[in-house]
Amino acid sequence: MGQDVLAEVYVLNQTIKIRIKFAKYGTMKFIGHLDIMRFFQKAIRRAGIDIRYSEGFSPHQIMSFAAPLGVGIESKGEYLDIEVNSMTSTEVMKEALNQVMVPGVEIVSVTVLPDNVKNAMASVAAAAYRIAYKEGAFPIENLEQKLQEFYAMEHIPVTKETKKSVLELDLKPGIYELKMVAADNTNTAPEIYMLVDASSSGNIKPTMVLDAFCSFCQAELAPYSYQITRIDTYTNLAKEGEEKKLVPLEAVGK
Amino acid sequence: MIRKLALSDEILMQVEKPARYIGNEVNSVVKEKDKIAVRFAMCFPDVYEIGMSHLGIQILYDMFNQWDDVWCERVYSPWVDLDKIMREKRIPLFGLESQEPVKNMDFLGITLQYEMCYTNILQVLDLAQIPLLAKDREEDMPIVIGGGPCSYNPEPIAPFFDLFYIGEGETQYRRLLDLYIENRDNGGNRLTFLQKASQIPGIYVPGFYEEEYNADGTIRGRKKLYDKAPDTILKEIEMEVSDTYYPLKPVVPFIKVTQDRVVLEIQRGCIRGCRFCQAGQLYRPVRERDVEVLKRYAVEMLKNTGQEEISLSSLSSSDYSQLNELLDFLIQDCNEKHTNISLPSLRIDAFSLDVMSKVQDVKKSSLTFAPEAGSQRLRDVINKGLTEEVILKGAALAFEGGWTRVKLYFMLGLPTETEEDIRGIGDLSNKIAATFFETVPKDKRVNGKVQIVTSTSFFIPKPFTPFQWARMCTKEEFLEKAYQTKQGIMAQLNQKSIKYNWHEADVSVLEGVFARGDRKVADVILKAYEKGCLFDSWSEYFHNDVWMSCFEECGVDVAFYTTRERMEDEIFPWDFLDCGVTKEFLLREWKKAMEETVSPNCRSKCQGCGARRFGGGVCFESNNQNQN
Repeated sequence: MGQDVLAEVYVLNQTIKIRIKFAKYGTMKFIGHLDIMRFFQKAIRRAGIDIRYSEGFSPHQIMSFAAPLGVGIESKGEYLDIEVNSMTSTEVMKEALNQVMVPGVEIVSVTVLPDNVKNAMASVAAAAYRIAYKEGAFPIENLEQKLQEFYAMEHIPVTKETKKSVLELDLKPGIYELKMVAADNTNTAPEIYMLVDASSSGNIKPTMVLDAFCSFCQAELAPYSYQITRIDTYTNLAKEGEEKKLVPLEAVGK
Repeated sequence: MIRKLALSDEILMQVEKPARYIGNEVNSVVKEKDKIAVRFAMCFPDVYEIGMSHLGIQILYDMFNQWDDVWCERVYSPWVDLDKIMREKRIPLFGLESQEPVKNMDFLGITLQYEMCYTNILQVLDLAQIPLLAKDREEDMPIVIGGGPCSYNPEPIAPFFDLFYIGEGETQYRRLLDLYIENRDNGGNRLTFLQKASQIPGIYVPGFYEEEYNADGTIRGRKKLYDKAPDTILKEIEMEVSDTYYPLKPVVPFIKVTQDRVVLEIQRGCIRGCRFCQAGQLYRPVRERDVEVLKRYAVEMLKNTGQEEISLSSLSSSDYSQLNELLDFLIQDCNEKHTNISLPSLRIDAFSLDVMSKVQDVKKSSLTFAPEAGSQRLRDVINKGLTEEVILKGAALAFEGGWTRVKLYFMLGLPTETEEDIRGIGDLSNKIAATFFETVPKDKRVNGKVQIVTSTSFFIPKPFTPFQWARMCTKEEFLEKAYQTKQGIMAQLNQKSIKYNWHEADVSVLEGVFARGDRKVADVILKAYEKGCLFDSWSEYFHNDVWMSCFEECGVDVAFYTTRERMEDEIFPWDFLDCGVTKEFLLREWKKAMEETVSPNCRSKCQGCGARRFGGGVCFESNNQNQN
């Protein structure tokens, strides 16, 4: 969307929907989801963004986060949507936000959303993760072959304990990709990559897949011996009945 | 650049709220340590959420870090979960900013905000791997400094500190640090530094003195172990409060803390002179900040933090002479920015109710009155200038304005208290409820109800107050008084509208010992810590039985410090400190209390307390001081 179009929107006094993509890493992985929300509420005020507030006696910022990230997990693809009354450009907003971040949170992109787009939370369909063993290679023999065998199974049954009951689940339909990939950093060993369902109805945690794989290999990984990173969060552009068409949440905006 | 954390992922993932230990907050300060002459660890000896809510540390943190050659970091008490892990794994306590051990820094400053944190001081020293007793510390270990209100009777914790800074930090810290640098550059050692430091105004080096006792255990005098150490130490005070350090970029915590807002300190000191109140004496004379300065501070702090709420801080905000102008400005500015205003310590009257109705949701908020005593007679004894008429009038106005919730605060065990005074608590609570039913017509009552919450705390005599001579009640007396209060409330016509809360008595007794204790009490604190006492201000971690056994083992008598009657000429452990208010004035006030005579506030008539010598205060400014 060009500068002139934005100016027009402003004149019409309509709100503009904005999608913000950010990365979260390092010490910030210990800050939980609710605190990250509070962090962004304050950051938006520090950055002087003309965010919309709700009506009523105690107005709050119009803000929606995509998929909550567990404590301890890093991410390169977190999203939140906000609504603003006015703005100069997405570049200026990105810069203003980056000025008020802390080490470990970085604004990756700011895009303007079409009016008819569902909010970030409702849009989430999938998430991609990388899992890296912290020291050297995963202590599992024939890792790549094992992973292929595991993913080739027709069903991957797991049990999930909730407060009320123990649920039997099949992970397989929710794992869209599972493979070995080269590490980001050439000095480290290959990592496990997975693309899994992250929708509110079928969310799969990466540790569920990893645990199932470990018990398949009869291997055991010490807790905290690996680092999980969310690579991106995806929405599904396909119409009902069509094959999935997953794109990163930021691809919807301009 | 990402710093390396002191704690492993494994530990941080195991403990509650890892954000307490990682630093990295907005406005926290990281410097290049190679370019730093002095590293200062600033500690609040309680959990992060409490410590981060304290304005004093934010002021000093900001001041130190404005100096290029100084790096100040924050330290809080690790919560019990991490405490256990750090002991098991011998992990040294670290500063949040650098994540490096406190023991490698030059100073460890510990703020002393309440007596019940004393075992946490020992925890911080112990985890930092610094010997608990100052005399056991080696040359390369940090200098341990105490400050804050409890340093006005430092004796029960004197052996744990190398020095105390008495008074407000803005004035002498630069001089102290310069002295430290100079001493180090000249090849001086710990002792030569402490000797020179003892010559700086406001600095007390406890190791240079010994208490000497009479046969009955009271203090005979003090023996000096260093002949140049001063006999008395006058508190430090910042008289230019509109032109000094103030943290315009306070640190913004990630997790919710107790005081989750920016704090605007509008004045220091109080003109009221309530006879039980220590702060009202310690921080004399009253010094107001310029209203234009405060407006600028408010705007900048909100911009620099992004906080959603601002709170005014002072001992009695209604006495700030420019309150009207300040609030008009804040209400307008905050409305534009969708910011809330929190207004503690306001007297309830037409003006404050009007302001509160603009900044609070009347239906959800409650009004607070602090009559402190149930009868006019006892309110005269404590010099609380609040009458039943004023309270009921304020309540009626509030009920007309739509408020339906009222909180009342009282103290039990005040000097001269009788059963009649205690009955007055129930009577007053009832009259306020009755006022609601008289003021608000039936068809306009929200849910048809009024909610009154009456709370009592137990009175603890504090140093540098007119009540420093007073006898404190025993635990049994306190509990009997709470029982009488409850009966008094139950007997009221409107008792269904009144809820009564009271405090634990055990912890009040202990606080009473620490408040007026001498150096003999230090042995008990040390023993209790060794037996596992920690976080004593948290009721779930307070073990009264352990404390009582420690008193017994150390041969220290609780009653000597609490219930004993003190003579007018007794030498108190804190008499060598001078907070500006004279002992003669305090004694005059003590006698007036016994005569049930009130003293006017500083603005009405100067009472000659002694603090005028600092060259400020309303008496100094208006020149209406006592002529005799």
